[in-house]
Amino acid sequence: MRVEIRIGGFGGQGVIMAGIILGKAASLFDKKEAVQTQSYGPEARGGASKCEVIISDKTIDFPKVQHPDILVAMSNEALIKYIVDLKDDGTLIIDPGTTDISNVQDYINEHNITVYQSPATQTAVDDIGLKIVANIIMIGSIVKITNIISKKSAIKAIETSVPKGTEEKNIQAFEAGYNLV
Amino acid sequence: MEVVKISEKFFIQGNEACAKGALKAGCRLFAGYPITPSTEIAESLARDLPKVGGSFIQMEDEIASAGAIIGGSWGGTKSMTATSGPGFSLMQENIGYAFITETPIVLIDVQRGSPSTGQPTMAAQGDMMQARWGSHGDYEPIALSPSSVQEFFDFTIQAFNLSEKYRTPVFVMADEVIGHMREKIIIKDDIEIIPRIMPNKDESYLPFKNIENGTNPMPSFGEGFDIHVTGLTHDEKGYPDTNDPITHTKLVKRLCDKVLNNKDDICSIEAEDTEDADIVVISYGAPVRSVITAVKKAQKEGKKVGYIKINTPWPFPDKQIKKLASNAKEIIVVEMNLGQIYYEVDRIMKCQANIHLMGGIGGLLPNPDEILDKINKIGGI
Repeated sequence: MRVEIRIGGFGGQGVIMAGIILGKAASLFDKKEAVQTQSYGPEARGGASKCEVIISDKTIDFPKVQHPDILVAMSNEALIKYIVDLKDDGTLIIDPGTTDISNVQDYINEHNITVYQSPATQTAVDDIGLKIVANIIMIGSIVKITNIISKKSAIKAIETSVPKGTEEKNIQAFEAGYNLV
Repeated sequence: MEVVKISEKFFIQGNEACAKGALKAGCRLFAGYPITPSTEIAESLARDLPKVGGSFIQMEDEIASAGAIIGGSWGGTKSMTATSGPGFSLMQENIGYAFITETPIVLIDVQRGSPSTGQPTMAAQGDMMQARWGSHGDYEPIALSPSSVQEFFDFTIQAFNLSEKYRTPVFVMADEVIGHMREKIIIKDDIEIIPRIMPNKDESYLPFKNIENGTNPMPSFGEGFDIHVTGLTHDEKGYPDTNDPITHTKLVKRLCDKVLNNKDDICSIEAEDTEDADIVVISYGAPVRSVITAVKKAQKEGKKVGYIKINTPWPFPDKQIKKLASNAKEIIVVEMNLGQIYYEVDRIMKCQANIHLMGGIGGLLPNPDEILDKINKIGGI
């Protein structure tokens, strides 16, 4: 089973890191295949950022996402731009603090999209005290909602990807995201 | 007691895998001028080379980068640079020098949209003929094109091995897709590494001797042998001899023949279901991933179609392709340019099949559905 995931947001939110962690968890710890790609523009921060991950039980030939099964929108721009690529009956996960779902409500209804809300940015600020862990919180929510990777592997991937000394805060963020949805 | 084989696993970018391959192959000098989309190779090696006693030099430009690794190689150190099309253009002068001086070096080209500075962050395969003919004169380059992150690791090691085995520059012609995407790689502990073959302390040794297999052992500077290295046509000792047509012919033919006579050893292709296929799709590098997807879909629809993946575009694996595509009536070449390897396929196969080009530029990986449409359009029931 091939699952295509697209995560969109602003540069600096850590959407690429979120994709790397999902891919790493799947391929190194869950014994699945994974490919991660990203759109790569000239701007480092503030511009649009897009990260794509494919997770599969079989060899992944074509490495790019065309029609995601799961769209994670961490900015309103990403929500509006990418929702049209989402498969019918697909899964949409949004951060309500950084997106406005009313813009795309008609599309969601027409295409039978299941919507989940994970207030990752607000939780990062209020509960963890660190805005930059919003991406890790989002991973917690993605894992809980989609079950595409195991919780254990996700934690292992986070521990081996974040800077040394920040593991505990990041696991706390992951757990917070896991319990948000 | 059974020896447990330890292998390491990583989920990393192609460029990072290339850097790991270089370290594994024994590369201890990287000199380069970082350029997108190859920069992570330089970044990784700037961090990791000093840890293993190697050197990283950021040079003032690309021609100097090529010069520095030629010097490093003659100093006895396996040496490499990495660039993209604009830098590859600037290196061509010294690449020719490396060919005529038979200097083993590895050059990585992570191709981007071109000509000129073109599309820094987008993928292309527009430098394939530059790898073949970019420097002036007659020479036979070796080039490998990876289609996965694992292959970028494997082919970088293979490039070092071939460069040492045949004492010649070797190119790894990657592309932005393979350079930047992340996949799992497995590093086994039993990888074959070919060391430099040094000459014996024997007075009769000649560094550029016209020996039958073409490849002489190579001493390092500072070890004696009165070595003289020049880009001028030289005799077997290495001293300029520029007016004798026989000296020149023997030298340049030996340089070409040491590659051409060993094509069975150097050339590598992979094929699936080509024996009884009416249609064969040929590709290399990242587009192979699109081709495999399209061919599998077409086969499900009952089409007699197979594919060939070229691992070594240079020297061109004509014999292998002719054999494996011998029953094809239609051949489609898929590449990210407006026709380069297509003309090589056309040259060797046009008497027996119709050759179609699916060449795309703009920076995106070919869409498998478009390849499928092409397969359906030209038949193959």
